[in-house]
Amino acid sequence: METASESTARAVRAHVLRMTSSGRSSHVGSALSCADVLAVLYTGVLRVDPADPRWPDRDRFVMSKGHAGAALYAVLAERGFFDEAVLHRHYQNGSYLSGHVSHVGIPGVEFSTGSLGHGLPVGAGMAWRARQTGRPWRTYVLLGDGECDEGSVWEAAMFAGHHELAGLVAVVDWNNMQSLGTCEETLRLEPFADKWRSFGWDVAEVDGHDHGALTGALDVPRGAEPGKPRCVLARTVKGKGVSFMENRVLWHYRPPSAEELERALEEVGAR
Amino acid sequence: MRNRFFAGLLTAALVDPDLVLITADLGFGAVDEFVAARPGQFLNAGVAEQNMAGLAAGIALGGARVFTYSIANFPTLRCLEQIRNDICYHRADVTVVAVGGGLAYGALGMSHHATEDLAVMRALPGMAVAAPGDPAETAAVLDDLLTAGGPAYLRLGKTGEPAVHAAAVHAPRGTSIPLGEGGEVLLCSTGAILDVTCRAAELLGRDGIRADVRSFPWLDPFDTAAIREAATRYAAIATVEEHSIVGGLGSAVAEVLAEAAAAVPLIRIALPAQSSSVVGDQDYLRGAFGLDPESISRRISTHLQERQTRLEAHRGLASQVR
Repeated sequence: METASESTARAVRAHVLRMTSSGRSSHVGSALSCADVLAVLYTGVLRVDPADPRWPDRDRFVMSKGHAGAALYAVLAERGFFDEAVLHRHYQNGSYLSGHVSHVGIPGVEFSTGSLGHGLPVGAGMAWRARQTGRPWRTYVLLGDGECDEGSVWEAAMFAGHHELAGLVAVVDWNNMQSLGTCEETLRLEPFADKWRSFGWDVAEVDGHDHGALTGALDVPRGAEPGKPRCVLARTVKGKGVSFMENRVLWHYRPPSAEELERALEEVGAR
Repeated sequence: MRNRFFAGLLTAALVDPDLVLITADLGFGAVDEFVAARPGQFLNAGVAEQNMAGLAAGIALGGARVFTYSIANFPTLRCLEQIRNDICYHRADVTVVAVGGGLAYGALGMSHHATEDLAVMRALPGMAVAAPGDPAETAAVLDDLLTAGGPAYLRLGKTGEPAVHAAAVHAPRGTSIPLGEGGEVLLCSTGAILDVTCRAAELLGRDGIRADVRSFPWLDPFDTAAIREAATRYAAIATVEEHSIVGGLGSAVAEVLAEAAAAVPLIRIALPAQSSSVVGDQDYLRGAFGLDPESISRRISTHLQERQTRLEAHRGLASQVR
């Protein structure tokens, strides 16, 4: 029996494949990689209201790896923030649905991103503000693993650890692939968990495609009590769900052709 | 200017719990009173300006009005993209404050010369840009920033700038402040060099050239109406700024005059578009770059004399043709 989050993840994958194929856009592999994280967040973890996207006490979600914007737009449509028919406008002339995440004109998008390394400082600010004002919202930031090359990520990691922002959760989509190769070849992340721990974070390493494990790792208490912020290192597969895209850096760039789209849709169970 | 800014900020913070001040580990002796009075509204982001700008956006989007503070180029250029994407694109109520605009930290070297900040901040979409000329203008500009909010950039001098205005002034964004009227030349000034500009005007007066000064505490929005009107009333307009010749007050005035097809001559007095490897105190460096009262007045009077000579030569030539 498929759970709500699993069926959302399947729908997100199908949307992402269609959007990148028809839009001739990049980053399909990145979007498939984080589809499960987004589905779990938006079906069971985040307290948000599609009828009132700006509800002041909503949980905040910042998609710091903005290049996987197609996946965020898809999960927002699945969650009911807007009609899924809008997704066809992705990458089109005159459309708000840019390749990288933009909040303008798109209900439910908390923050615009696209240049890497911006999300965690902003998320730390949101989490600090919740504590300062005694509000109950939690703040989630989804980072790419390659994004962790950016120094600003570690500036914010240091800040959040120092200020014990327990309401802040950083999820790293750790598929070990970045633009030109693996993360380990490019700039070694390991010992990755130890790095976060040494910055004052509580670290959970989970299978980033296991919805049960993700749900447990993403659930942190609400409230203003200081404590370690949580880092969820989600072990993922770039291009997850489509055999010919998995672990291939090519799909950071290339959109699926019509024929590839059909094969891919079949593989993710959308046919 | 710095002290007037912090006094005004603290006054506002005492009645507004949503006002938050963030520093990137600078402000020794300057932020102490604020921290003591409102510790819950203060953050030290550490020596981490990108983090400071991102934090500011996140906090502001949670309903706060945020001031970020550091010196020279650190709160602007070091985190320029965070200001552009995180603050400006989201219209976050953040005012970026830099102390030590221009050559105020002259002896500290090139890294501390804030000489392109106005140009860069002016170019950002939705960013108000303020460079008050003295403590009274600082208070007036702060009043506006506290009312109308950010995104905004506030360039301050340091401390000890002379008071040009004897009393409080009113300077809502987009306005400029006339100091004198009826002269033949207008000296436009922005930022803490205002008193130097006023002294240059006095020197011109001693040479028989009646010069008015107009202070522009706002570069964006810019008082274009004042420039268009000045173009019809003055024989020449000069701009004076402790900033690169590229993209600051002189550029803003030139844009207005060009689009108005105004015939009035423009004399742009600014720093050359180059880094200074030579150091010295602010007065020394101003003198070295022709931004002292004597150099400014000489530049203007020489320009007017040369123009007069050219006009006379032209008239002479024209009469021969006839």
